[in-house]
Amino acid sequence: MEQILKAKAINKKFGDVYACNNLSIELYTGEVVGIVGESGSGKSTLLNCLSGSLVPDGGNITYLDRDNNWLDLLSLPEPRKRNLLRTEWAFVHQNPRDGLRMAVSAGGNIGERLMAIGYRNYSQIRAEATEWIEKVEIDAIRLDDKPSIFSGGMQQRLQIAKNLITKPRLIFMDEPTGGLDVSVQARLLDLIRSLVRELGLSVIIVTHDLAVARFMANRLIVMKNGKIVETGLTDQVLDDPQHSYTQLLVSSILKV
Amino acid sequence: MSNSEEDFNFAYLDEQTKRMIRRALIKAICIPGYQVPFASREMPMPYGWGTGGVQVTAACLQETDVLKVIDQGSDDTTNAVSIRKFFERVAGVKTTENTGKASVIQTRHRIPEQVLSEDQILVYQVPIPEPLRFLEPRETETRVMHALEEYGLMHVKLYEDISINGEISTAYAYPVKVNDRYIMDPSPTPKFDNPKMNFCPAIQLFGAGREQRIYAVPPYTKVISLDFEDYPFEASRAEKTCEICGATNTYLDEVVIDDKGTRMFSCSDSDYCNSQKS
Ligand SMILES: Nc1ncnc2c1ncn2[C@@H]1O[C@H](COP(=O)(O)OP(=O)(O)OP(=O)(O)O)[C@@H](O)[C@H]1O
Ligand SMILES: [Mg+2]
Ligand SMILES: [Zn+2]
Repeated sequence: MEQILKAKAINKKFGDVYACNNLSIELYTGEVVGIVGESGSGKSTLLNCLSGSLVPDGGNITYLDRDNNWLDLLSLPEPRKRNLLRTEWAFVHQNPRDGLRMAVSAGGNIGERLMAIGYRNYSQIRAEATEWIEKVEIDAIRLDDKPSIFSGGMQQRLQIAKNLITKPRLIFMDEPTGGLDVSVQARLLDLIRSLVRELGLSVIIVTHDLAVARFMANRLIVMKNGKIVETGLTDQVLDDPQHSYTQLLVSSILKV
Repeated sequence: MSNSEEDFNFAYLDEQTKRMIRRALIKAICIPGYQVPFASREMPMPYGWGTGGVQVTAACLQETDVLKVIDQGSDDTTNAVSIRKFFERVAGVKTTENTGKASVIQTRHRIPEQVLSEDQILVYQVPIPEPLRFLEPRETETRVMHALEEYGLMHVKLYEDISINGEISTAYAYPVKVNDRYIMDPSPTPKFDNPKMNFCPAIQLFGAGREQRIYAVPPYTKVISLDFEDYPFEASRAEKTCEICGATNTYLDEVVIDDKGTRMFSCSDSDYCNSQKS
């Protein structure tokens, strides 16, 4: 396996708070890495730095693009960065409102990325949008409905369809199932996992829920106070945690 | 009461302000379709009355100019009359209703039917200059979209039109791409008028007063209406004949002509209609 994303010595401070303190991570092609840790440990900050929505104070991030060029993300020109975000990357937000246009129909939301990369045939856009809405298990009859009348789980599935339609290679997810009922959450995770496998996606997923992490991730990164305290294969980390903080995390979930 | 010559600089605005507006106009002409910010002045009329267009006209007018003002194609609506009177008073220029005789035409909602010429300037009054506003309310974001030519969103709007109405139902302010680069809102003209903007011999200037933006289309510039391959743009009009002049190729208004609610179709461009009658 080959690396697709490398981050070295990422730092990000908010005032006196070290949200990311000298973090280095690597992601391999087709791998799902989970970032876990308690609230405020810096998971979202790290994800936002990696995906380019936050500029770190220091460090280095490189990405291997479709044409096999290593891109230095922190010095990449803005147009190329935004182009990556629309084509090779995807970002699934915890709150679907951050990833969807609520005033635009489900079909318009799903088709937006196609139109952004130059699709100009309505019937073709609609056919692909129909295919994707069905792929995320929403009845195609809902294609012209606005997402504002969808349930939370449907909105999240719509967000995933909107992101995957252009066949990205790398997906960032921040608590994609947070705020959903347990049963809805389980179905959504199933769906995400099968799509990730089907499309061979590389994923970085942030969650504070170790059950989600176990289900989704091949490898885990455990964070505390802006630092990585432990990293390893998911089963290893959860079944035989080495660091005392990880032990605490794991035992507290067992108590629930 | 009419000691106006003493009270106002020629064409109302002071020379300093006119220079500022002319600089914005020159920049706008150099970058066709790009919205240039300008420091819009208070004008002695409310915003909805075309203060942007009035300022652009004031900055362009010379004493030898002949001005025509139209609103919805007509020279004699309240809005057109009051702007025409305003310039008669503060600039003392000649005015006309005859499209061919005018050197500057200020308009709201129409482009004259008669083909314009190289020695004419068409000034549009613009309420909302940003075509992406409907789907992206953040100005910071729309500016980046223009800068990076990220125009997918404009097609999302047309997609929505088709999925809701079965066709592109946008009938006014139909978005265009200027000179293969910037997407522009042609102001609330009917889409019937869009093809007239393409390779138009006259200079087209757009002024948005409240929003403080000026943009332009230089003479003989490509202006293409956006569409989908399978839903091509159509410069549609009511499939009727003007009941006054018999024209079959003009943009028509449907007007009520008596208290019984009888309706009649007639050219919205009243000067054109009159010229066809005689
Ligand atoms: N924009 C910001 N301004 C100031 N402080 C911030 C900002 N964003 C994050 N922080 C701080 O940085 C630290 C890390 O926050 P972050 O959101 O990355 O944590 P998290 O692990 O994602 O937490 P949660 O599980 O609650 O989402 C916290 O102390 C937080 O208060
Ligand atoms: Mg977070
Ligand atoms: Zn007529």
